[in-house]
Amino acid sequence: MSRPVYMDNNATTPLHPQVRETLVEALDIFGNPSSLHGLGRTARQRVEEARQEVAAFLGASPDEIIFMGSGSEANNTVLSIVTCPSGACSLAADGANEIVTSTIEHPCILESVKCLEERGLTVRYVNVDSDGKIDLDEYKSVVSERTSLVSVMLANNEIGTIQDVRMLAGIAHEYGAQFHTDAVQAVGTVPVDVRELDVDFLTVSAHKMYGPKGVGALMVRKGVPFCPLIRGGHQEKGRRAGTENTLGISGFGKAAEMRALEMKAEEPRLREMRERLRDGIRDRIPDVRIVGHPTDCLPNTLNVTFDGAEGESILLYLDLAGIAVSTGSACASGSLEPSHVLLATGLPMECAHGSIRISLGRENTMDDVTYVLDTLPGVIERIRAMSTTYQRRAA
Amino acid sequence: MMAVGWAYSETVKDHFMQPRNVLEDEEAFEADGRGLTGNVRCGDEMLVVIKVDEPSGTIADCKWRTFGCASAIASTSVLSEMGKGMRLADAYRVTARDVQRELGGLPEHKVHCSVLGDKALRQAINDYYRRAGLEEKIEQESERIVCQCMSVSDYEIEQAVLEGARTLYELQEMTKVSTVCGECEGEVTELIEFYQNKHFSEV
Repeated sequence: MSRPVYMDNNATTPLHPQVRETLVEALDIFGNPSSLHGLGRTARQRVEEARQEVAAFLGASPDEIIFMGSGSEANNTVLSIVTCPSGACSLAADGANEIVTSTIEHPCILESVKCLEERGLTVRYVNVDSDGKIDLDEYKSVVSERTSLVSVMLANNEIGTIQDVRMLAGIAHEYGAQFHTDAVQAVGTVPVDVRELDVDFLTVSAHKMYGPKGVGALMVRKGVPFCPLIRGGHQEKGRRAGTENTLGISGFGKAAEMRALEMKAEEPRLREMRERLRDGIRDRIPDVRIVGHPTDCLPNTLNVTFDGAEGESILLYLDLAGIAVSTGSACASGSLEPSHVLLATGLPMECAHGSIRISLGRENTMDDVTYVLDTLPGVIERIRAMSTTYQRRAA
Repeated sequence: MMAVGWAYSETVKDHFMQPRNVLEDEEAFEADGRGLTGNVRCGDEMLVVIKVDEPSGTIADCKWRTFGCASAIASTSVLSEMGKGMRLADAYRVTARDVQRELGGLPEHKVHCSVLGDKALRQAINDYYRRAGLEEKIEQESERIVCQCMSVSDYEIEQAVLEGARTLYELQEMTKVSTVCGECEGEVTELIEFYQNKHFSEV
């Protein structure tokens, strides 16, 4: 018996039914938001309403929100500012030209800073501890007057660990550096307020919060230097050229509105399901490790590694049983290295190959949890029985 | 909503769902030859054990264990079926590409997951020769791993050149050699030239 159980909500989320309704309705709003006629004004109104919803959800003001094509675009945009030589917008204007980031960022940050490194900028990578928390002493030792920008993610997508961004931002500001946080995985699962976090830039993505794919936003705090990545249009006040994705943005706005209504009540339920899963897995399966901070962690994310079992095999056997999760194994990613996040926490490489990430969402129920707990032990036992590295313990 | 297809061929799925010839109890099996290759740190490790029918010089039984992904599991499973009943000399010549063909192909990025089984089988055969005092039969002792990351030997490079590879790129397409750290690139380029001269130069 298989039934669909979707527990890969950190990869993406299904549309909220009300978001879906909004999208269907918005399909016919074809006017260009920049046009002055009625059809254009209708589209413009949609975009601006959505901007208000997203801003309100993040505790920002609407003119601080720039809609973009994805979270990755927003992250790339922030990092592109650092290299802009123009005094007017460059973060590096006063000679500060170092970037500080962590070893567990999303590839769209890590590969972008690597590119900056190749162009001559200095990048300081701060390590994390075994729970995925930024090493604070190391952080303090690398942030200096030379730092122009710090980019540290709010919550990690693979292990769920939440950083103390407010404190990290405070330290950066003491040295006059700007602070960016990639909050893609946090927004929509835990409360996020840009003022409370005291950040200068914040990245968010609609499809991680029950909105549509292909739309994200960058919050740029008022007065912070900014330079567009995509030029050639007055849209978004000249900060991001290209005709607005009215459809996607409408859905994003609705998603933010629905999250504001539902997120808080949902949190304890997610937490309870995750705890049940964690304890159930520990009780039923020997030789497992849970990676992620025990308390400062997204309530929906559980990263488990199973000794002697390879992640892609686990994922595919679960898939055949109708359960969708993801893995940090190299084999599933197309590269030969397992998850850089798991390795950064000090997990040995052989264990990192055997990890799966379970990420819960608003549609999951306790029945789903029970089904996973009924299915997973058999899958692991089966894989271990044919593994070279795991000998079944004497019964 | 219905999910579409599967990441792999039906044959891979079949062998993944119902792996054949898994080695359950190594002690009880009493192997005549044993080959272990790969590395758990790299995400793949394969063990192949064989029983040999001495009069006919064929593989009487072949079992395995694998730490790895679906294509690694399926390729060792299919290899164990291919190997059974095969003459030792023929089994020695089974390549990763034969295994891939038997599986109905593998996605480009999964090819490296199937390159270990045939090596483990060759190791098992050599191990048998060693145990049986047939050292003179051990073939390809000179076979040497050139690319450590993808575990590609000079023998395989030679075979690929024989099959038409003329450039590093073509060789990479066929064997995945030198596609990870790149350290062996210079040596591989030299080997292509060497084998090309060896087999194709018009003197």
